[in-house]
Amino acid sequence: MSDPEIEHERDAIIRVTSCAICGSDLHLFHNYIPAMMPGDIMGHETMGEVVEVGSGVNGKLKKGDRIVVPFTIICGECEQCRRGNFSVCETTNRNRHLAEKVFGHTTAGLFGYTHLTGGYPGGQADYLRVPFADATHIKVPDSLTDEQALFLSDIFPTGWQAAAQCDIEPDDTVAVWGCGPVGQMAIRSAILLGAKQVIAIDRIPERLAMAEAGGAITINFDSESVVGRLNELTDNKGPEKCIDCVGFESHVSMAQPDSVLDRAKQMFMLENDRPHALREIIYACRPGGIVSIPGVYSGFSDMVPMGALMNKGLTIRTGQTHVNRWTDELVRRIEDGQIDPSFVITHTVPLAQGPEMYRAFRDKQDSCVKVVLKP
Amino acid sequence: MFHFSNLVRSKSDPKIISTGPSSLTSADRLARGLGWFSIALGTLELLAPHRVTYALGMDGREGLVRAYGVRELLAGVLTLSVEKRAGLLSRVAGDGLDMATLLGELRPSNPRAGTVLAALVMVGGIALLDYTAAQDVAAQHDARRGRKRLYNDRSGFPKGIAAARGAALPRPARSTALS
Ligand SMILES: [Zn+2]
Ligand SMILES: [Zn+2]
Repeated sequence: MSDPEIEHERDAIIRVTSCAICGSDLHLFHNYIPAMMPGDIMGHETMGEVVEVGSGVNGKLKKGDRIVVPFTIICGECEQCRRGNFSVCETTNRNRHLAEKVFGHTTAGLFGYTHLTGGYPGGQADYLRVPFADATHIKVPDSLTDEQALFLSDIFPTGWQAAAQCDIEPDDTVAVWGCGPVGQMAIRSAILLGAKQVIAIDRIPERLAMAEAGGAITINFDSESVVGRLNELTDNKGPEKCIDCVGFESHVSMAQPDSVLDRAKQMFMLENDRPHALREIIYACRPGGIVSIPGVYSGFSDMVPMGALMNKGLTIRTGQTHVNRWTDELVRRIEDGQIDPSFVITHTVPLAQGPEMYRAFRDKQDSCVKVVLKP
Repeated sequence: MFHFSNLVRSKSDPKIISTGPSSLTSADRLARGLGWFSIALGTLELLAPHRVTYALGMDGREGLVRAYGVRELLAGVLTLSVEKRAGLLSRVAGDGLDMATLLGELRPSNPRAGTVLAALVMVGGIALLDYTAAQDVAAQHDARRGRKRLYNDRSGFPKGIAAARGAALPRPARSTALS
């Protein structure tokens, strides 16, 4: 590939020093999200050193600055940005018309996430052009290592926002479906935010062990009844707050017939999503509770139990992450030693090994939980 | 192929100069080949069942051939999807069904018995390929590959869990200002 160049005056170019593979990259890897083309560069968790700045960046960045690049591209000026709703910025999606057709209104441009969200090249590369760079950056204090700072771009604020959206109260049980990297961050965030009890649900032993290390009680859905255990742990009342860190590629298992049916429908394009986790969440959640969905859904989900959702008076909170809304606070918490997000990294390899690591991550081989790539 | 995708790219975005090595393994390629073969055969059986029944001396059974065509198409889609292994295994089952049907046509009264025998040998060979590919794909995606580690020492809380519980309380009002 050739290297990117400054295109607009608000662009900056960074030399990537670390980047990561995110769980949502797998949705692209599996070609579930349309509009990928040969030569598209993936990756939306990236950090590096500024090597070139456009004339419109107005001194907000200079050569040599060390920055983390948030995965949502923000203009910092539109009405949504001013409200802090950065992931629905109105100006940064350069394929706005496509997104308006699909979603009704546009959402922000995202790095390395297909042409529906702007077709911006991603950061799993040697160099990255950052559009709207005067707003789209997080300055990294020298005291933080790359590994501590990198996840400010996505999974840390994503897990944090998922927990923050739950309005956790001191007596709350927070149940987290899916213990991938975002699930791990959500678990820690719920602990920091004062949940009485955090319950983590997955089937991969190393992820469950990591969740337990972070203070969660674990449920292995391969060997236990999720709803049964949740009731047992909550005096038969169910968790007040439920977080879906699974999204639309939930595990397919013969033991869960709805997941098999979803997979078949998805294959023949009769529905886009496999919402097994969401169904279970709506069923398990305590009446009056909050369901927070950081997991990615792509289109239409069948058989979402609206009856239970409405009659139980559940609140649903969703969204791609408003990364910069949380930045200052999270940087401070890392600096304070409240949390060190680097705990989640299990593999650090040169960028050239990316393809193999996508496989290992996808198939959960070599106990892979989170991969960092070094260009 | 990549010249087109270079064309539609924004002018300063990275362009493909040359394509690197493919990340597809030989097992992936075999599965992909078998998937497309399934779709080609399925299309033929569905749209031109007479050709098949004529060649095999089984006139009058076009309906059956059409049904097999649908089966081939479904198996092909499954084999080309992420669920390669399920697709390949469904193809193995389909091969069994094909062979049973062909065996039934292998009677002395059938003037095309020679062709049927040749078809049987061919399906047998393909069944072997399907089975091998299914095994390879399963081995390649086996989650037990590589080292097994637990991460029960990774709390992520430098000051320990006890100190972390509620450390972010009271929650500050959410800041919506740009950093
Ligand atoms: Zn992500
Ligand atoms: Zn904006």
